[in-house]
Amino acid sequence: MAQSTTNKAAASAHAANLPDIYRRLSADDLREALRKMHLIRRFEESAEESYMRGLIHGTMHLSIGQEASAVGICMPLSDADYITSTHRGHGHCIGKGAEVKKMLAEFFGKEDGYCRGRGGSMHIADVSKGNLGANGIVGGGIPIAVGAALSMKKQGKDSVVVSFFGDGANNEGAFHEALNMAAVWKLPVVFVCENNGYGMSTSTKRSTAVPNIADRASAYAMPGVIVDGNNFAEVAAASFEACDRARRGEGPTLIESKTYRIRGHSRSDRNRYRTKEEIESWQARDPIGIFEKELTDLGLITPEEIEKVRAEVEVEIAEGLEFAKASPSPSPSDVTRYVYTD
Amino acid sequence: MDANVRELSYAQAIQEAMAIAMEQDERVFLMGEDIGVYGGAFQVTGDLVHRFGEDRVMDTPISELGGAGVAVGAALTGMRPIFEFQFSDFATLAMEQIVNQAAKIRYMLGGNVSVPLVMRFPAGSGTGAAAQHSQSLEAWLAHVPGLKVVQPSTPHDAKGLLLAAVADPDPVMIFEHKLLYKMKGPVPEGYYTVPIGKAETRRQGRDLTIVATAIMVHKSLDAAAQLAEEGIDVEVIDLRSLRPMDTPAIIESVKKTSRLLCVYEGVKTLGIGAEVSAAIAESEAFDYLDAPVMRLGGAESPLPYNPDLEKAAVPQVPDIVAAARKLVRKEA
Ligand SMILES: Cc1ncc(C[n+]2csc(CCOP(=O)(O)OP(=O)(O)O)c2C)c(N)n1
Ligand SMILES: [Mg+2]
Repeated sequence: MAQSTTNKAAASAHAANLPDIYRRLSADDLREALRKMHLIRRFEESAEESYMRGLIHGTMHLSIGQEASAVGICMPLSDADYITSTHRGHGHCIGKGAEVKKMLAEFFGKEDGYCRGRGGSMHIADVSKGNLGANGIVGGGIPIAVGAALSMKKQGKDSVVVSFFGDGANNEGAFHEALNMAAVWKLPVVFVCENNGYGMSTSTKRSTAVPNIADRASAYAMPGVIVDGNNFAEVAAASFEACDRARRGEGPTLIESKTYRIRGHSRSDRNRYRTKEEIESWQARDPIGIFEKELTDLGLITPEEIEKVRAEVEVEIAEGLEFAKASPSPSPSDVTRYVYTD
Repeated sequence: MDANVRELSYAQAIQEAMAIAMEQDERVFLMGEDIGVYGGAFQVTGDLVHRFGEDRVMDTPISELGGAGVAVGAALTGMRPIFEFQFSDFATLAMEQIVNQAAKIRYMLGGNVSVPLVMRFPAGSGTGAAAQHSQSLEAWLAHVPGLKVVQPSTPHDAKGLLLAAVADPDPVMIFEHKLLYKMKGPVPEGYYTVPIGKAETRRQGRDLTIVATAIMVHKSLDAAAQLAEEGIDVEVIDLRSLRPMDTPAIIESVKKTSRLLCVYEGVKTLGIGAEVSAAIAESEAFDYLDAPVMRLGGAESPLPYNPDLEKAAVPQVPDIVAAARKLVRKEA
């Protein structure tokens, strides 16, 4: 941590050339963003621990190391805006305002979970906050996001839709079809490729013909923007710009958020395709650490406030785990419930 | 004929249903390839674009997967899209969105949303379009919980089932047989629905129940007329809906006739006939059977181009007549 560097003089010197994004966001907004990043981190660490203790079954995909990307992108969004998410979607879900207790209940397969225990980690969704759902199909959410954007345009609403997906998804046909349609119809949608370097074990170098995913934007006549996905301010600034553009009716943007997943792809990953050194080099660029240092350096938060955020998050996670454990399981006799609308 | 009932073709009836749906509900819009000024590959949307504009009769790029996904996303967020596949065969490119997304989103999300989506699939052989433009894939989709699948056989039902589909909160897949598009029949004016999940008895009979779908309903009725001259009295049930399937109607009929023949155009094995047969095998009607259950379905081959081969690949009236004789008179 960088607490020692925050003397007042230094802070005001930095404040003079405060990046625009920090002028646009209030101190409360920034504190909330930091809280969400911690919440995502601790949520995933707790979920991982519960998994190892046999309390959660199935599999899960952790986004540890990608928190700045999820939270930064969600900054310009309100509950009236939509997102579509991915198998690595815990961060997006929290970024869009979900309550961790209901997420944990879902992971535990309980009735009080967001999906009443029917979806689990890979289909987590808080529709009330505009999250149309994680997706078990790589690229599955991208055309759906375009449809939601078409829907907003038809209904004359001011809402935008953000579609999160990975670098692997950009080689699916759905990606290309969806970007083309969004551009042809000038829809209010922002495509966010979280490029963490790998689709499972396959690096982007081995899978993707262009050096940057953002290069593909030119094929669909939309802006392609590359940001450091571990830098909250950069991500948020790009998201504001793309969402503003979408709301002005100028059409879609493709943002490539370059980041890294610290954990394995899923529970079964033996990390045979990358080196320890590579992982460590990214751990040294931890997005939460970078954000905290920047906020303290700029005098926007104090070390005491950061400690308070961390403590709040611990309480929320602990309460969430209790809530999840206490929630009832669905009845086996309800297995075919919710297939159709009653 | 009632004053408000006219003769319309099956295609006109569908077009009228879509126009009524769009007039009644601003959320309804049409999407598909070349459905605008072109009027659709089978002229089902016809001139609707001139009446409702390009925003409500939307031409899509040739992107079945993406287009289907757009329809799913629009349905999830307050619209009521009707998506036309140019040929039902091309649904294979969109299976992801239909099977993994549209059918499952409500369930995966614990009932918090529904997907009021209608998809239309021009299906079937008989046009000389060969293997990739002639299939009957309705059983594929009928295998998927979360979807509803219907197969209207008359202009009346084509209109009523489409309006029922639009009113339904869940995804409804409508398989339209291409050879029926030009067929005419009585269609009431204005709004009405035909219930999804209800079969219709097209002909009453005592000796044999034929359960048929789509164009096979008409072939079965032709066969029944011939068989009547021989003293074989056939009951013809138009299944109309594959999922949910009206098994009570089949069971009741077989209890009366004691014989069952199932006729459909999709590939014979592992298809509609297996399900209809099982419905009887698993019911009290099993004890009433006087003959084995029989299926007539499509050949175990892709649909061929040569017209004689094409005819040979799907059940024809003489096949149905022969099968009925075999079941009723135990002829070889
Ligand atoms: C259509 C499809 N193909 C393959 C998979 C299996 N799979 C799940 S995640 C994944 C990697 C996806 O990579 P990327 O899009 O980069 O996302 P990341 O996991 O890196 O977040 C694969 C191959 C799948 N779920 N869906
Ligand atoms: Mg990846």
